[in-house]
Parts: sequence; structure tokens; C-alpha cells
Amino acid sequence: MPDSKPILFAAIYSLWKREVLRFVRDRNRLFSSILQPLLLWVLVGSGFRGSFSTELGGGPTYLEYIYPGTMMLILLFTAIFSTISVVEDKREGFMQSVVVSPIRSSSIVMGKILGGTTVAVGEGLVFLVLAPLVGIPINLVSFSATFGTLVLIGISMTGLGFKIAWRMESTAGFHAIMNLLLMPMWLLSGAFFPLSGAPEWLAWVMRINPMTYATEALRRVLYYPTYVSDETLPGLAVCLGITALFGLVMTLWSAHAVGERDRGVR
Amino acid sequence: MDPSVPISVSNLTHTYGERKALDGISLEVASGEIYGLLGPNGGGKTTLFRVLSTHVKPQSGDVRILGYSAQTEAAAIRASIGVVFQRPSLDPKLTVQENLVHHGLFFGVRGRDLEQRARAVSERLDIASRSTDRVEALSGGLQRRVELAKALLPDPKLLIFDEPSTGLDPGARRHLWDDLLALRKEAGVTLVLTTHFLEEAERCDRIGILAEGRTIAEGDPGALKREVGGDVIVVQTRVPDQVCDALKREINLDSEVLDGQVRVTAREADTLVAEVYRCCGELAESVSVGRPTLEDVFVAHSGQRFEVGGVDA
Repeated sequence: MPDSKPILFAAIYSLWKREVLRFVRDRNRLFSSILQPLLLWVLVGSGFRGSFSTELGGGPTYLEYIYPGTMMLILLFTAIFSTISVVEDKREGFMQSVVVSPIRSSSIVMGKILGGTTVAVGEGLVFLVLAPLVGIPINLVSFSATFGTLVLIGISMTGLGFKIAWRMESTAGFHAIMNLLLMPMWLLSGAFFPLSGAPEWLAWVMRINPMTYATEALRRVLYYPTYVSDETLPGLAVCLGITALFGLVMTLWSAHAVGERDRGVR
Repeated sequence: MDPSVPISVSNLTHTYGERKALDGISLEVASGEIYGLLGPNGGGKTTLFRVLSTHVKPQSGDVRILGYSAQTEAAAIRASIGVVFQRPSLDPKLTVQENLVHHGLFFGVRGRDLEQRARAVSERLDIASRSTDRVEALSGGLQRRVELAKALLPDPKLLIFDEPSTGLDPGARRHLWDDLLALRKEAGVTLVLTTHFLEEAERCDRIGILAEGRTIAEGDPGALKREVGGDVIVVQTRVPDQVCDALKREINLDSEVLDGQVRVTAREADTLVAEVYRCCGELAESVSVGRPTLEDVFVAHSGQRFEVGGVDA
């Protein structure tokens, strides 16, 4: 049968490679997905500097506080940009022939998600270079832990993007979701302000937001092993576990959506 | 089912909500044939293409492609057919070679075999010299050939081609058709295409004419046109009534006047046209012989005009 394992891997590899090549060849994407968060980080981080209270008590500067959240945003942007192409691609592009090729639906999803994750993690690592500037000490252990966490977050964000993009009729619809769902999710992930200081109703929104755990995991691994944990959130293992679970659910959900071609919905 | 029958469709119905896009379509395509699905936009061609290419599952009715059921054996169908879409399916940021290699990998072609096949299809379609160029740098005609090369790389026995001529200038269109005819001759590929161009339909061995989700006529284009009637002799004249009288009086021929022209429908006009010409003499400005076109076929079967050059022509 044409659906044997070696083909599965070849197909995943092929889709992954395409994603990476496209990214590298598109200078706009290369820079915009990192420059926008970077600008936000510098401007917001510097602007709020005096208003952020923990600084007085010897805690992190605001620039430092929002560093992990900015890294999260870079991953979100990169992942979204690589999945937003699916909308058009599927109707009038490369994906048309992928959908009618003999590869499994799961390989389509895996190739795309792994490709998106690779470029997202790449961008995240570029940003990591700036960590020592704000006083986040990077050692081999925290680097490895951060790398692993970035991979998990990358899979979650690309998986989420893929799921949204697959059913979407237009890129405009995707942008609407980006503004109405994804950006608020990011804002309420502890990226801008800690859960511990938020009013109770907002704290609850933050608690059910999967991105909260991703940002928190990132915050903890960046400082690994010295981070004094935020008592209001569960430990690193749980945060990583929730992020991984979210990534898994998104991947499976996406594969289910692509499997539509074999089930005959519509 | 017989795997040597490339396509066998019986009683296929497909609805989008309330609208019936396909309403009990049946057709059979023979091996080595060039079969055209002709119809105006909105006639059901696109839906049929989507079903035949395994993009969507048949909702009801039986669809067999190379003997496999489109309902339950889509993976096997996908592995054995080539599909060319109306819209580009190449990645413009990748080179011609990269696009071909990606496609080959999806079909389980690998290593040296993949290299050889990519080279072979590139040479066959005369794009070998452009293999390291990015697709976005190629002309529309060349891109279309790369699309075809890509579909042919896994060596399919059946090629399903959506609107081959879309976006091509006449030269590129001719070139593409030369390629398609050569392909059928040399590789024995069966070709099923959709088109809304009458000229393109003329070049098919057989066509099925779709309107409002039904096959309103099927057969080889020549036979379909002959069914409509014989030839049409048209006399251009300033005095149509006099011409009519003269034809009746001198050679006992019935004719009719339509839009200031005198028209005679005849089974075989080749000898008759000379008589008409002689008979009219000074009265006629010109005498011409026309044959029914596929548009006449469409009109005869559907009672509607075929909208030539639709929205995306």
C-alpha cells in the first residue's frame, strides 16, 4: 500500500522542509514576526518602568518582567504567520495537491506543525540572545530547558493556528480570530501582569487560559533553577504538562479536521 | 470492478445545502481516451472534478476510479491518479525542482528514482533548463507546464485536469495540447478534463455536456454536432425574399429567412452549395456553408445559450 511508514516520514520531512524554506526565503516574515514583539517589549517595558512596583522591592524591572511574555508573543506570531497561509493554500495553492495525495491526514498536520514549530523556536532563540541584557542569566541547563519549552509552546501555538486556519474561508476571518481570541489570550497569560495581582474574576480567566501555563513555564525555565515560584500557579512540571497536553489536543484536533477529506463532510 | 476502466460513475448526486450541484450523473471513461466535461460555469463541472479527484467524497451513487471505490478506497485512488488544478498548486517560493521533489515524496518516490523521474518529466515538458528557477519567476504558460510535470511525476495512468487552458495565451494553449496529445500517445495516459471552452472540447475524443448538474449530451464532438442536423447554407443578400422565391422556383429548395439572411438546412451541403450559388446569381452578396458547432449542440439539448467566456475565462 502507498501509505507505509517510510512514506509517512518522507511526507512529514517534505512538508517540514517546505515550511522552513519558505520562511527563510521570505524576508518580511523573517523580520516582522520578531521586530513587532521586540518593539512592543522595548516601548512598553521602558514606559511602565516607573509604575511597576516590585522594582522598588528589588524584584525584576518591568522590561525583565515582560521578557518571557514577549518571547511567548514571538512564538505566537511566528506560528500564526506560518499557519495563516493554510487558508489560501488549501483553496488555491500548494495544499490542494497535498490534500489529494496519498499521504495520511496526520502527516499533513505533523509536517506543517513541525515546520511552524521549527521557525518559531528559531525566532525564540534569536530573542534569547537578549536575555542577559535584562539580567536573566543563561546557563547550559536553563538554555536546554528553555529550548525544550519553546518546542512545546511552538507545537501548541502552531497546532492552534492550524486548527483555526483549516476551516477558515478567508484570511480576514483569521485576522479577526487573531485579534479577538489569540491576542487577549496572550494578554491574559501573565505576560503583562501577574495573576497574583489581578482581580478575582480576571484571575479565573487567566487560570483557564492554557497560554498562562505556557508563559509561566517559560518564565520558570528561563531562570532555572533560581526562580522563586509564584504561589498562585502550579509548579513547572504541571505547567509543562498542561502546555504539552494543549499541544497534543491541538495536533489531534487538526488531524481530525484534515481527516474530513476521508469522511466526506461537506 | 474492472480496474481497466479508468472512470465509472453511476447516478452521482451531490448537494450543497438545498442546491443540487450534481443530479444523477452517470458516465464512463475508456482507457486511453481524452474525455472532456464541457459546461457553463455553475453547471456542475467543478463539483464533479472535486469528486473525481477525491477532494470530496461522493454523497450518493457509485464512483469507481481505476476500479477503486471513491467512497472507501480514496487512498488507493490518490496513489494512482494525477491531478492538475485550475488554480496554481505550486509553491511560488520554491524552485521548479523543489516543487517536483516535494510532490514525489508525497507519492513515496525517493532517492535516485525521484531524481530520474524529476529529470524525465522536466525534459518531457521542456522545463529542464528552468529547474533551479523559483516558480514565481516563470510565465503563466511555463507554470502550467510545471503543474503538469508535477502531476505526471508519479507516473499516473489517469490524469484529471481542471480547465487546462485557464490563463493561457493561444500559443501556450497549443503547446499544452501538443503535450497532452503526446502524453496519451506515448504513455497511454487517460485524460479527463473539464472545460468551458468550446474549442478545447472539440479536441476531446468524447465529451459529456453538463448543465444544471445533469449530463445533457454525451458522445464524440463530431457525432454530437451531426445529430443536431446537417450543414447550414447561409446566403447574405439585400433581397432575402427574392432569393427564397428563386430557390423554390428553380431548384425546389425550401429555405427560411432569419435576421435578413437566407438559411438552408441540408444533410449534405457540399454539392448543393454550388447550385444555390448559381441559382442566386447576382442577388447574393455571399454564400457560405457552416456546420453546427458545439454551441448549437448545447442549445439543442438545453434550450439555453452557452455562456461563452464566463467569469473566470
